[in-house]
Amino acid sequence: MSHFLAIFIDGVIYSSWLFIIAVGLTLIYGVMKILNVAHGSLYALGAYAATALGGYWLATGHAPMGSYAMLVLAAIVVGLIAGPVIERGLLRFVYGKEEVVLVLVTYAVFLILEDLTKLAFGVDPLSIPEPYALLGSFEVGDLVYPTYSVVLVGLSLLVALVLALVLNKTRQGKILQAVIHDREMSAAMGINVSRVYLVTFTVGVMLAALGGALTAPTISVQPGIAAEVIVLAFAVVVIGGLGSLGGAALGAVIVGMVRAWAVHKLPEVELFSVYAVMALVLIVRPKGLFAAPEARKI
Amino acid sequence: MSKFFSRTKVAIALMLGGVGLFSGSAHAQNPQPVRVGFVTFLSGPAAGPFGVPARLAAEAVVESLNAGKVPAPYTTKGFGGAPIELVVIDEAGGTTKQVSEYRNLVSRQNVDYIIGYISSGDCLAIAPVAEEVKKITILVDCGTPRVFEEASYKYVFRTRPHATMDAVAAALYLTEQFPDIKTYGGINQNYAWGQDSWSDFELAMKTLKPSATVTTSQMPKFGAGQYGAEISALMQSNSDVIHSSLWGGDLEAFMMQAVPRGLFKKSKLVLVAGEPYLHRLGSNMPDGTIVGARGTNGVFAPEGKLKTWLKEIYRTKADHDPNYPAYVTAMAFLGLKTAYEKAKAKVPVSDDALIAALEHSTFESPSGRVVMGLGKGHQAVMGTAYGSTKLVNGQVTVVNIKQYPAERVTPPEGVSSADWIKGGMKPKQ
Repeated sequence: MSHFLAIFIDGVIYSSWLFIIAVGLTLIYGVMKILNVAHGSLYALGAYAATALGGYWLATGHAPMGSYAMLVLAAIVVGLIAGPVIERGLLRFVYGKEEVVLVLVTYAVFLILEDLTKLAFGVDPLSIPEPYALLGSFEVGDLVYPTYSVVLVGLSLLVALVLALVLNKTRQGKILQAVIHDREMSAAMGINVSRVYLVTFTVGVMLAALGGALTAPTISVQPGIAAEVIVLAFAVVVIGGLGSLGGAALGAVIVGMVRAWAVHKLPEVELFSVYAVMALVLIVRPKGLFAAPEARKI
Repeated sequence: MSKFFSRTKVAIALMLGGVGLFSGSAHAQNPQPVRVGFVTFLSGPAAGPFGVPARLAAEAVVESLNAGKVPAPYTTKGFGGAPIELVVIDEAGGTTKQVSEYRNLVSRQNVDYIIGYISSGDCLAIAPVAEEVKKITILVDCGTPRVFEEASYKYVFRTRPHATMDAVAAALYLTEQFPDIKTYGGINQNYAWGQDSWSDFELAMKTLKPSATVTTSQMPKFGAGQYGAEISALMQSNSDVIHSSLWGGDLEAFMMQAVPRGLFKKSKLVLVAGEPYLHRLGSNMPDGTIVGARGTNGVFAPEGKLKTWLKEIYRTKADHDPNYPAYVTAMAFLGLKTAYEKAKAKVPVSDDALIAALEHSTFESPSGRVVMGLGKGHQAVMGTAYGSTKLVNGQVTVVNIKQYPAERVTPPEGVSSADWIKGGMKPKQ
């Protein structure tokens, strides 16, 4: 198989993973203007919950295929618990403050969740490798790929499609867009902005946890994974433009392809390549590729 | 009222004085405990395979030493009869935090000696601080040869060999066992440890097998987690051998992703730090993987009373046999005990006496005899071994083990590792 095809396939798989881990971050910023530093911890929480739920499912002798449902269920559970607790219990008290205050608050949540995760799950690495190998693998030329990677690509496309449809084609999506454009005017028009914020944050947390849950079968789940992911997720959404769904998708594709090219052709610059692209994009478009123009308020 | 307070003060003073006198007489009968600070990873990626086994070993060894249940020549209780008190702290958090924690151990916890450190970065940062505060510090596990090749210390010791032997012995094993090797590639973390490990291995292979060529050198960042593209690049490189110094969660993630893709059906894998993962990876460790343990530690340890003792006491705290971090931890405590008891001929034990006793010393350990033969007597040397994994009844075993004496895999005093490898790895004449 040609290197070009290998780069393309590896790039697509990595881009899909990047999109899954970054989309929740951009959704929350787009609607709530909160740069959620705790996103990485919520990803880690999803990974831990998936390991626990999936591990329990397999250990109790249930059908191995059901472990995929456990991964998704873990993300939903984390989203439904952590989302409302953080949004109602903390964030709503700091709405309207400067963005830097919100960043500091979510950073505090990041640190708290890191320690809570250690308290709940311990510091020993956990793993749930079964779902990764369960679907078998397929060959493309001289390379073998796990079918799980195809599932990952399909799921990321599905998430992108569902979010795009909800945002653009449904009444709830229109309400969300109204809140994005002008929170005060939306409230004046009778939109329950608090509820929109709660739902958005919960969905954002669910997506972060989904990223962790889908990654869990491929890694050793342990303290520290949150910090690694948040840096990459930031790079992706900054390239695409904070708050832009299409930007997150494009940012993921750019980073994924550039990294795959570097790994195959120039491995010594692999680490540098991702951040070089980010720097280049920011030089040309300081607010990212898809950043929407901001209306001047009078 | 004021009379009452003054009487109370006198009473308290008398009581405290009494307690002081009493405790003084008690101390005369029972020796003061020796407080040892033990620093290892209790959280983060290095905790599972390295830090936690080291902590379990430290606790088990100290309990056994205090109970006087260690085989000869270590039958005296504690350190020369004095009980050992352990103060354990987490190594996670980076070098700046570790320097602060080190100073806390010295000035607030008042420890007598410090044993620990797994990360090479932490060892390089701590050694000058130990020298500054004049606290005897024994480095347990870090690999970088730079600690004693680039500096000279009075208060710092390392009771295990440095990492040059990992790459040299791996290259020796490969070229002896598989003389037809034509190509080799690598996947190592993009920081000092991974880069040095690959560079030493590449140099050693060029010396031992100049006809073999490098196919690819993958350097993912530490904690990358996703290795899909690297695995594709390694598969397409058609390397006979893949060298890796990956460790922790990175190694486990790499194996979880590479094994289902059949990477190791095409290439033989060399894991220079592979021994601690034998029980963790289990059947995910492909048959024929070449593993080392930087010294004759863990599965490579020679049979004997000390090895049996360590396995027994470790098994009281874990459901598996001790791995190499546990062995090197035991080594550090036994080295310090040997020196302490030798220095105790002059009571009280002074730092100078203990340093003199530990420099150039020789002591027995569960991994065999340790000689403090490098770094002006501050750096241990010992032989090492490599072997190949084989799954037997669901258990990973190591077969085809080859031993290498210290002089064959370690540069002599005064020669840097890189120069020694480039110069053909000749033993000292």
